[in-house]
Amino acid sequence: MWRDALLVCGKDLRIEARSRIGLNQIAPFAAAVLLLFGLALGPDRQALEPAAAGLFWIAVLLSVVLAVQRSFALESSDSARDGLRLSGLDPAGIFLGKGAAIVAQLLVLEALLTAGVALLFGARLSGGLVLLAACVTASIGLAAVGVVYGVVSSGLRVRETLLPLLLLPVTAPVLLGATKAWNAALAGTPAHAGIWLSLLAIFAILYVAVGIVAFGPLLEDS
Amino acid sequence: MSRLDTPRDARLDGTADGELGPSAVSPKAMASGRSSPSADVAVRIVGTLALVGVAATVWLGLFVTPNAVDYADGTVRLLYIHPPLAWVMYVAYGMATLSSLLYLWPRTRHARFDRLAGASAEVGVVFTGLTLVTGSIWGRTTWGVWWTWDPLLTTTALLFVLYLGYLALRNVPGDDETVARRSAIAGLIAFLDVPIVFFSVSWWRSLHQPPTVDLASRHLYVHGSMAWTLLLGFVSFTLTYSWLVVHRYRLAVLRAREEHEGLEVALAERWAEAVK
Repeated sequence: MWRDALLVCGKDLRIEARSRIGLNQIAPFAAAVLLLFGLALGPDRQALEPAAAGLFWIAVLLSVVLAVQRSFALESSDSARDGLRLSGLDPAGIFLGKGAAIVAQLLVLEALLTAGVALLFGARLSGGLVLLAACVTASIGLAAVGVVYGVVSSGLRVRETLLPLLLLPVTAPVLLGATKAWNAALAGTPAHAGIWLSLLAIFAILYVAVGIVAFGPLLEDS
Repeated sequence: MSRLDTPRDARLDGTADGELGPSAVSPKAMASGRSSPSADVAVRIVGTLALVGVAATVWLGLFVTPNAVDYADGTVRLLYIHPPLAWVMYVAYGMATLSSLLYLWPRTRHARFDRLAGASAEVGVVFTGLTLVTGSIWGRTTWGVWWTWDPLLTTTALLFVLYLGYLALRNVPGDDETVARRSAIAGLIAFLDVPIVFFSVSWWRSLHQPPTVDLASRHLYVHGSMAWTLLLGFVSFTLTYSWLVVHRYRLAVLRAREEHEGLEVALAERWAEAVK
């Protein structure tokens, strides 16, 4: 399972390294979202600074939808999905691999966005370890539930509109937990983030488990 | 399509057999569209009881029960419909989740559980909408706000959106088994999310400034005729739920039959007519 996961993850990241869709399209999209938030709430820094964490995570959530769509668009052309099914790879491994590739891309995106909120919203970055822990656990949870819904909606004609409707409401706890953890860290009280980090961890574990079990049957169906 | 309309409509009027899948029905019964009479009678009784119960709840709630002291404007009468609506919502989602699990469990895999899950979730979404609307009206008259970020309210609103997504997914056409399986999995994912949402919003509220509006603060002493009316509300709304689910379920059976065997049924009926 783990070897298969590495293979799939490496494949997806190699495609990203060559096509640069994430870097050239998803990252600029997230930056544009941040800028627009600034226009909606600014230019008063007093209003922007407390909202920085929430806006950061909203931008991440919107980008997750795009990243998942991209991840399954890779499989939709040239009947790549059939190839994947015929390859004999463990479905759980495929799930973990695709998820891991999305997590890696999300972490890069989050690093860029962190610089963005520091620059645009004047957020003073503190409690770096908590910020990083929230990013890692939240990204794992988001990628897990994203890949499951990605494969559910991937062969459908209405996938572009259906995926956000399915995905975004489920990620509400991640938005809440990650935002509160970031707020705690940015406010200089990283100790308050503990409960939120555990919430993010529970979400991640739960949906990784669901994905490992459910991905196989869903892939066969799609 | 148009040539299939006739048999479908004929069967909608005649209400086909309740719980049998297409495979379990003999071709003759299918062609004639007759259903088992005892099941029909039972459904009619449930429907009549539901109608009478709801009417009685309205009458008792509006005209017989006393007005509570703290609720001079009469909004206390929402008590008789709001909690029963919320109760039905839980029953409906509970039933949808249970049916999804039964469908996914290989030993109990049968199309009937998929249809039951869809029917129950659909009725559940309607009752969630009604719960939100009645709760909002009540909140406005007692607390002065249409909405408050209370854990229960926020979770209910998210439930509404989650299951709208689930229904949207169900409506995407496809191979029956595929649709059933992905719907069941999506239903479970949505259901798993509910407790996490509830606890996260609870923490969110408790760590924030104390809530300006506390749901637990509405002390209401329910007694005498009020208690009986409330009980009647619970019973009659539950009956309404069962009646609606039976009909949504039958509609799902008919839809499936129309898709798979509509043409044969239409031909059989045409033959029957010609022979006459």
